Amino acid sequence: MSAECKTDSRLEKILRSGQFAVTGECGPPRGADAEAVRKKCRLLKGNADAFNITDNQTSVVRMSSIASAIVMMQEGMEPVMQMTCRDRNRIALQSDILGGAALGIKNMLCLSGDHQKFGDHPQAKNVFDLDSIQLIKIVRIMRDEGKFNGGDEIKGAPKLFIGAAENPFADPFVIRVPRLAKKATAGVEFIQTQCIFNMKKFAEWMKGVVDRGLHENVFILGGVTPFKSFGMARYMANNVPGMDVPEELLKRMKDTPKEQQADEGIKIAVETIQQLREIPGVAGVHIMAIEWEEKVGEIAQKAGLLPRPEV
Amino acid sequence: MVVGERKPFDEITRMLQGFKKVMVLGCGGCVTVCLTGGHDEVRVLSSQLRMSRDKDGTPLEIIEHTVERQCDPEYIEQVSELVPQVDAVLSMACGAGVQYMAERYQGTPVYPALNTTFVGGSTKEGYYVEKCQTCGECKLYYTGGICPIARCSKSLLNGPCGGSTKGKCEINKEVDCGWQLIIDRLTSLNQMDRYETIMESNDWRPSRDGGPRKMVREDFQR
Repeated sequence: MSAECKTDSRLEKILRSGQFAVTGECGPPRGADAEAVRKKCRLLKGNADAFNITDNQTSVVRMSSIASAIVMMQEGMEPVMQMTCRDRNRIALQSDILGGAALGIKNMLCLSGDHQKFGDHPQAKNVFDLDSIQLIKIVRIMRDEGKFNGGDEIKGAPKLFIGAAENPFADPFVIRVPRLAKKATAGVEFIQTQCIFNMKKFAEWMKGVVDRGLHENVFILGGVTPFKSFGMARYMANNVPGMDVPEELLKRMKDTPKEQQADEGIKIAVETIQQLREIPGVAGVHIMAIEWEEKVGEIAQKAGLLPRPEV
Repeated sequence: MVVGERKPFDEITRMLQGFKKVMVLGCGGCVTVCLTGGHDEVRVLSSQLRMSRDKDGTPLEIIEHTVERQCDPEYIEQVSELVPQVDAVLSMACGAGVQYMAERYQGTPVYPALNTTFVGGSTKEGYYVEKCQTCGECKLYYTGGICPIARCSKSLLNGPCGGSTKGKCEINKEVDCGWQLIIDRLTSLNQMDRYETIMESNDWRPSRDGGPRKMVREDFQR
């Protein structure tokens, strides 16, 4: 992997220096209260190298990812601005990329986006002018060649470290490594995976990634989500598309007394991180503690990931 | 073919409120095939309307008629003597047919009895599925004859997304994942090498984003 950084991203510096990276996640509030973002930020600060700001996740309207990212930067933290193709066409996406970069955002995550059917505006018209792979390619060309998708020259290219997501557990499994290869060809530099519960399947996918040498071009960060309760584990197993929660993990949560389930969930997350560190090609972890931001520090601490390095 | 679905009866009666005499005009094209706007459906809807209006004490006189196709000036000309006799026309054609009628008969209100839903076909009698979104630039060569624009809920050209589960789409367990179908088909054709070629961002100009489209056969323009 090239050690030369293309941006001023702290996340990029940590990854390119060969250190095991940690990213977290912060969902913006359903309102215009910046203090709500700050409050979450204070729970997360120092516990990871950079933090994703979700972009209207599950198609529910929230404060924009750019605005929330700016608030996060005011708190002295580094955001990863998520951008989905669901709500904006290529004109709006490129415009927001310029705007985000101008305001100092240094990382971006390119996503197709959840279908609007899941959100609070199922009657909305979706856009999907681009898909995530096309978006990756467009940002990469904007940054490295200084050109818009339409071909015109950009005056002041956006210096963003380019990421995307991949779900090793979605079907068909056979194309999950080839699809990552497409993202690599498009120019992605880091990948955060879907929450890993089925470690066996993840290891199988990672082997495919390493066999093709994709880990030499793309940093892979394994997704980790702690269960708050057995109810949440069951919900994720049954109701979240593309989620693979093995039976034994469900049983482990179910067999734990209710008042100890949260601790058990944390324990599982820590074990997951420890296992991920042993898998060749894994460059870091992405901890998604959904509406449980206060636990990211505890998980990172118990997994031996704190303090985070200074770069 | 173009598939249509009849509008809710209440919506149709609201559109016809205040009129004393209307024509319910069927179309012998696609909507006859999909059993929503042909001769038989004209009869059924007309008698429903008559009964409903009789019940309300505001009887409605109806001329029932069906032409070969409403999307053709030649065929809609055939009702030129009937239209002046009515207060309004209720067209049972697709959106194209309704507009042909509205443009030809400027002085008479023409209303739609159907919602035009999609371009597709039947899988069995009375069961229709969407196959094409008329994007204007056919990609079926690359995708094994299965359209990602019409069959993937997000129209991804480099799918499938992370929501594909056991061959089904994340939006609904009843909906096939279009990309699973594409991959199965490319595999069976031994064409999976095509999968890793990035499909570039689409040019939507041939689609609706270029304004109303036209197709002109120059050899017929004289």
